[in-house]
Amino acid sequence: MKLMVLIPAFNEENTIVTVIEETKKHLPEADILVINDGSTDNTKKILMQSSGIKVIHLPFNMGIGGAIWTGFNFFCEEGYDFLVRIDGDGQHQPSETRRLLEPIVKGEAVLVIGSRFIEREGYLSSFYRRAGVKLLNILSRLILKKGITDSTSGFRAYNRDAIYLLSKDYPFDYPEPIEIYMLNKKGFKIKEISIKMEERKGGVSSISLMKSYYYLIKVLLTILVNFLYGGNDESLSSDPHSNH
Amino acid sequence: MNPYPVTPIQIISIIVSFLLLAIIILLIRRKKIREEYAILWVIIFFVFILLSIFRGLIDIISSFLGIQYQPASIFLILIGSLFLLMLHFSIVISDMKKKINTLAMTIAILEAKVPPKKK
Repeated sequence: MKLMVLIPAFNEENTIVTVIEETKKHLPEADILVINDGSTDNTKKILMQSSGIKVIHLPFNMGIGGAIWTGFNFFCEEGYDFLVRIDGDGQHQPSETRRLLEPIVKGEAVLVIGSRFIEREGYLSSFYRRAGVKLLNILSRLILKKGITDSTSGFRAYNRDAIYLLSKDYPFDYPEPIEIYMLNKKGFKIKEISIKMEERKGGVSSISLMKSYYYLIKVLLTILVNFLYGGNDESLSSDPHSNH
Repeated sequence: MNPYPVTPIQIISIIVSFLLLAIIILLIRRKKIREEYAILWVIIFFVFILLSIFRGLIDIISSFLGIQYQPASIFLILIGSLFLLMLHFSIVISDMKKKINTLAMTIAILEAKVPPKKK
């Protein structure tokens, strides 16, 4: 079983080392891949000095989608079996990755999402954000006919079937809700487990308040376009590699 | 009797249309524009040339569309052409962005796999 932990990082000089060390502690068997998404602070320098991890430096800021997509492609090239995504800002607790991975390893789901909202513990984000998250959730419930309580959470575990499918035509902007949509469309099983999230300890959210409206519109547009397009989207068809 | 007497504006229109077409062709020859991106421009200037030479065309188009005020047809064609061009650019830009991202990702992964140089 080859396990990869994917940590996207954009200007996370204050938190990245802690996240890496915590991850090493809780998942010692995993290969850690950090994607430096064109950081403009000392993140690159810090990463170059850390040992025992793999680092990919993107030549320019590609956004969270581009960083994740790069990690997914690396995952496919190197033939890993499972992937855990942890954000580099310290919001996600590496101590909870085991629980996140469990249903994946057992084959109960191809994607497990760590949700803040099942037991409503820890950091729940600001009012405006929660309103946006809520709207997205209502929509995903309507469209996916599935109760995902935290469709924007980036704390996730995947198996290779999910990664192979998603990496083929990955949504570049704000990919989290669209991942759910893509996998659900192929009939893959998605599971949510309750986790606690910390308020970010450093850096700036990739989504400011103004941008979150753009986020919402963009995600709605993507979901609606896919929804109207129906279930025969060839670009989303699964990769032949995923069958063996 | 010719119902469309030649007016200065018609002559100017014809000259300008030909001039613009000539500029596009020159740019293609000098490799400043790739043919695939110039096709739409060439087609549009051909339409302009036709419209400026055969003024009756506008009347035919207007009556076919039910437009009372003929100049409106010209604006309609002009705005339609610009819309098409801009849409075309959006498609080209999106395609290029996709390719740039793929390129950046490929390079970044390759770079990560190359063992560091010993100094």
